[in-house]
Amino acid sequence: MSSDSSTACGNEPLLEVRGLRIDGQTGDEWLEIVKGLDLTLCRGEVLGLIGESGAGKSTLGLAAMGFVRPGCRISGGEIIFDGIDLTRASENEKRDIWGVRIAYVAQSAAASFNPAHKLIDQFSESPVKHGIKGLADAEADAKDLYGRLRLPDPDNIGFRYPHQVSGGQLQRAMTAMALSCRPDLIIFDEPTTALDVTTQIEVLATIRDIVDQFNTAAIYITHDLAVVAQMADRIMVLQYGELVEEADTRTMMSAPREQYTRSLWAVTSFRKETVPKVAAQPLVEVENVTAAYGRDTVLHDINFKIYRGQTVAVVGESGSGKSTAARVITGLLPPQQGRVLIDGEVMPGNYRKRSTAQLRHAQMIYQMADTAVNPRHRIRDIIGRPLRFYLGMSGTKKENRIRELLDMIELEPDEYINRFPGELSGGQKQRICIARALAAEPDFIICDEVTSALDQIVAEGILKLLDRLQQELNLAYMFITHDLATVKAIADEVIVMLQGRIVEQGARDEMFTPPHHEYTDLLLSSVPEMDPDWLDELMIRRSKEGAMDSRSTS
Amino acid sequence: MSAQPYSGGGAIWRELKKAPPSAKFGLAVICSYVFVALFAPVLTPYGESEIVGSAFEPWGEEYTFGTDSLGRDMLTRLLFGARNTVGIAFVTTCLAFLIGGVCGILAAAMSGWVDQILSRIIDILMAIPALIFALLLLTIFGTTISALIIVIAVLDSTRVFRIARAVSLNVVVLDFVEAARLRGENIGWITIREVLPNIMPPLVAEFGLRFCFVFLTIASLSFLGLGIQPPTADWGSMVRDNAALITYGDLTPLLPAGAIALLTVGVNFVVDWFLHKTSGLRDE
Repeated sequence: MSSDSSTACGNEPLLEVRGLRIDGQTGDEWLEIVKGLDLTLCRGEVLGLIGESGAGKSTLGLAAMGFVRPGCRISGGEIIFDGIDLTRASENEKRDIWGVRIAYVAQSAAASFNPAHKLIDQFSESPVKHGIKGLADAEADAKDLYGRLRLPDPDNIGFRYPHQVSGGQLQRAMTAMALSCRPDLIIFDEPTTALDVTTQIEVLATIRDIVDQFNTAAIYITHDLAVVAQMADRIMVLQYGELVEEADTRTMMSAPREQYTRSLWAVTSFRKETVPKVAAQPLVEVENVTAAYGRDTVLHDINFKIYRGQTVAVVGESGSGKSTAARVITGLLPPQQGRVLIDGEVMPGNYRKRSTAQLRHAQMIYQMADTAVNPRHRIRDIIGRPLRFYLGMSGTKKENRIRELLDMIELEPDEYINRFPGELSGGQKQRICIARALAAEPDFIICDEVTSALDQIVAEGILKLLDRLQQELNLAYMFITHDLATVKAIADEVIVMLQGRIVEQGARDEMFTPPHHEYTDLLLSSVPEMDPDWLDELMIRRSKEGAMDSRSTS
Repeated sequence: MSAQPYSGGGAIWRELKKAPPSAKFGLAVICSYVFVALFAPVLTPYGESEIVGSAFEPWGEEYTFGTDSLGRDMLTRLLFGARNTVGIAFVTTCLAFLIGGVCGILAAAMSGWVDQILSRIIDILMAIPALIFALLLLTIFGTTISALIIVIAVLDSTRVFRIARAVSLNVVVLDFVEAARLRGENIGWITIREVLPNIMPPLVAEFGLRFCFVFLTIASLSFLGLGIQPPTADWGSMVRDNAALITYGDLTPLLPAGAIALLTVGVNFVVDWFLHKTSGLRDE
């Protein structure tokens, strides 16, 4: 796009990709998934790649190393890394570059480490094998880097196995490993997507420090705009394997040129109208519930109420007990103490003991729509089953109701009714799950992270749909999420959970205006904002306040 | 787990056309065996146990493959043997899958003590060598065809149980099964409608393999004299009856043995192809 970007490097660019085309194989056909992209990266520069899933950003990121996934092939263009054309380089040449001069940090560090080896052994493997350092030097270097990445107890943490450290620590250990040979280029592929906000911010800050300290160039792949705003000097927006727009971060954030970019920027704007509590009787009451898995108590004396037509958002990081609360309400986990009332009626603790009518009241929508619908059932059967099971519908009556439900979730009945879930996109599958829940004509739906596996634009569509259905059908939602932007968008009431306890609850607007509980404050302040200076300012503020309490760093 | 939906007749035909030669060969073998089994009375010149000449007549115009030790036509008995051996093996395999499959999915879906009891029973059954156990049971219950089918089916269902339970364990933890439980569905629905369709590919592949083993077990039991009883024609006992001819350089006993081998190879080709399709592996 901008032809002056190569001259901006001063001398030679570190990485130059020209007219890159990559094909992916589906069945027997080759489809073009990267359609002639150009990319220039200078030494010490951080380039952000953003786009929805399927935009080709990961494929491009891997291609920058000269690597393509099995089932893909480079069909045109060149990738020049420091004078070497990686599309023509032999496997041996590439092997000398990978890990030494170009490193890769994957989304899930937990899946990328070998669980059978200690962290420090995995760190040392590459520099020792490539003859850059001796084992002792490499280990000393590891301890140094662990310290710089602010891992606790840097001298000893390396001698743990991957399962003995937390997800955020593992992601930092992975970054340290990527730095072990002091590469010229690191590719970060969604390194913080799987982390909680409080942990994410730590990892982001350390990644940026390290990139500055070593003057490393980086390609940062993410779908989170606020994150990319903190990390990148320059941003490329991709869609369907093509470049939509490229500009430096500040220009891009303040004045995006293209319609598509603006639509990406606008998605966080959805706000639901808050509904005042009208009914005197709460629909769902959770009273003094304590629950445990085996001997581990995961819920301590939980109390909350949900009213008809309202959305209660439950937030907290992973392990805070928010999903467990949902399992207690549905009866999957009978509570040890306390009780659950729906519509004034005490529910038996175990779902097996509940009547069909009691089960019908509360429906559930899951995080992973892929596994929440049976891949071997047609859409007609998936939605039709609750109609028959709960309401005894059959024949034309059932068929008409299925079509009505498909209309409600904005899918064309004639086109979708005979399909299998495998023939739908992620967002469409989630809509089918919503239709299945609605088919039971419930009063109350538990939404467990329903949008966290979806792209922002698709997620926004789902949130709007849920909101419309709520208004039409006067439904109550319990909305479990770790994403505070979603909470801002849809909640009437907010419950903040930490380590199995409710630390704060109240109306949405109260929750988002100070004063907060200390933990709520930490959560809220950790949500990245679109402002490129946000991270710097936050880190300065926190270091002044000394607010980095031991909990967030551990 | 591939989420490939079932396809209609046209799609199956297209898949068949793309099949590798080995799979086509296997299918052709299986089809011809089925054809022979179904139409044996029409295809054969004589009756199944009709004595048509003297013992051990040579190959020739009148008796294509000669006659056996009692003077029955070899060709006739070979063709009828397809009907008996293959037919009984098929019924037995189906029964084994019915018992093993249902118990396996139930064990996975219900877990707890149901799983414990079923699994331990299966462990005990598997601890005893199958052929010896079969010999023992057949001696007790007699060598009728129904006893043969039930004994082999029960003994073989242990392996089906193991595989059905193992693959079901991966399915029963998925959210759609949880959704069905929370809907209040009974265990029958969960077993047959939710879990079974999702474990079909490995089960079908296993069906082909188990069929071969059942087939071989019946043949070896017949060879030992405890399988299908005379005068019913079956390949195992035909090998035994005519084994003596081998010493005189006559190939006749190799014909039923070859029929067994050919079907085994054919079924395995088809199973390999099917496994290849469902596991999503690609040719290098």
